Amino acid sequence: MNPLLELTDVGIEFPTPNGPFCALQNVNLKIKKGEFISLIGHSGCGKSTVLNIVAGLYQATQGGVVLGGKEVNEPGPERAVVFQNHSLLPWLTAYENVELAVKRVFKGKKSKAEMKEWIEHNLELVHMSHALHKRPDEISGGMKQRVGIARALSMEPQVLLMDEPFGALDALTRAHLQDSLMEIQKELNNTVIMITHDVDEAVLLSDRIVMMTNGPSATIGEILDVELERPRNRIQLADDPTYNKYRQQVLSFLYEKQRKPDVEAPAKKAATSESKTEKVA
Amino acid sequence: MSIALSNIAWLEPVVKIAKGENVAENAQLIIKSVGLPLAGILVFLLVWHAAASNINTSLGQFPGPADVVEQSQSLWTEHLTEREKAEAFYERQEKRNADRVANDPSYVPKIREYTGKPTYIDQIGTSLVTVLSGFLLASAIAIPFGIVIGLSANLYSAFNPVIQIFKPVSPLAWLPLVTMVVSALYVSDDPMVAKSFVTSMITVMLCCLWPTVINTAVGVASIPKDLINVSQVLRLSYLEHVRKIVLPSSIPMVFTGLRLSLGIAWMVLIAAEMLAQNPGLGKFVWDEFQNGSSDSLGRIMVAVITIGIIGFLLDRIMLMIQRRVSWDKSAALR
Repeated sequence: MNPLLELTDVGIEFPTPNGPFCALQNVNLKIKKGEFISLIGHSGCGKSTVLNIVAGLYQATQGGVVLGGKEVNEPGPERAVVFQNHSLLPWLTAYENVELAVKRVFKGKKSKAEMKEWIEHNLELVHMSHALHKRPDEISGGMKQRVGIARALSMEPQVLLMDEPFGALDALTRAHLQDSLMEIQKELNNTVIMITHDVDEAVLLSDRIVMMTNGPSATIGEILDVELERPRNRIQLADDPTYNKYRQQVLSFLYEKQRKPDVEAPAKKAATSESKTEKVA
Repeated sequence: MSIALSNIAWLEPVVKIAKGENVAENAQLIIKSVGLPLAGILVFLLVWHAAASNINTSLGQFPGPADVVEQSQSLWTEHLTEREKAEAFYERQEKRNADRVANDPSYVPKIREYTGKPTYIDQIGTSLVTVLSGFLLASAIAIPFGIVIGLSANLYSAFNPVIQIFKPVSPLAWLPLVTMVVSALYVSDDPMVAKSFVTSMITVMLCCLWPTVINTAVGVASIPKDLINVSQVLRLSYLEHVRKIVLPSSIPMVFTGLRLSLGIAWMVLIAAEMLAQNPGLGKFVWDEFQNGSSDSLGRIMVAVITIGIIGFLLDRIMLMIQRRVSWDKSAALR
């Protein structure tokens, strides 16, 4: 089967006053329809950059992204994004936030009544039917993120992009939302790329985990196929040896092979500042 | 609404006392919300009275609170007498016209305007109309302009020096130029509005444009990146982007600018009217000063207090509108 989404030799350089900074290079990835992919890596490794390139918010300076036979060079609703900080418009209710997207995507394709039904259906998928007409500042962080997911789903995207969607939530809310996401995924079988820094989340949700090396010039280090039966249950998996093996593989990539040089950095900085003060003295 | 709210704030304990709940606590609340402001005003009146009786001018003693009360009453009586005169004039005219039509059916009656001098109340009305037209005109220019330069960092850098230079210019500097330009361009045999009105209005506009421009531009430029990303993913067009994302998001800042602008407009107006001889409060103050009767200083003091109260009310009204329009109820509104 042909891949739905293909990243070929993607790289990006940002201009800085000290010359171009290469954030990402040689990223090659093929994603099949209905696959759930996680991108994991230390912060600053360029996982968000990859997602933003697929979303079209950044332009790759090398290589390119092809979605369903068409090159991606601008943002669009067929690549809906769930942002880390929900990004709901604070002056609109949950319903109106989804409505804005639905009206934009289905203008002329759905009648008014159909649109209303579709908006309500998507909010029901994320269990938000009870708060249709609440504004973002009247609902909790987890609920905001649910509405954000509903908005993205309502666009019927070819690929759903999620940028650390649960990163800002507490552990319990996060677990609830992960379960909701698995439920939705079972029903809709979307193609998803999700960024995360949570190893359990990656193993629990993904079909494949893409592990990224540290930047600058970050690239894909390893790809891990997660062959766990669905539906997956977090409580049963906690004792499952295969699950723990996958977890262990991701952890060893992150903390042994790609150990963050951060740990040594403060010591170095302290040393340089010391030498500076000596010079001043 | 805010006026109403502040009323409710002290009415509530009154109602509770009437019901006999927590009498002592509620009495304290009333003292705090009503008593303290009243005490402040009372102290001010005493100081004013004491100071006024010690200042002597060529037009007599500086007006104290009592003179101001007396003069405001006399201004009100003058207003009423003038209105009565006007009514009597129109009645006489109507009767005369009716008589002539009865005698000669082909006669088309002419209606002549009453030409008595404007009263103090009329002058307040003129001032309000002038300031509001100048302010609305300024807003109609400043908000779109602010949005356009706020959306583009390059345009903002380009226009910022010009804005910063014109912002601190006093109305008195603009006025001669505006007067000459209006005289040259506003030529009409049957003018809809007086030249002095146009001059004052344009001067007000030139002075109160800038806070709205700057605050709108800053509000637009500081829209969260996330919301702009949403707009891009939805592929909103420029106009839709402005209407659905930019405008609502920058509304709180736009109102901050509008309130500053209206405050400036009101201050500028008085100076502009003095010099342009637009028949409003500014002209009233100037005429009384030129008149130099023993009542003049008292009347000017009445105008000073009127100007203050109206300025305060205008700001409260803007605040009310902001509370209605803005989604951001969490912003501190004061």
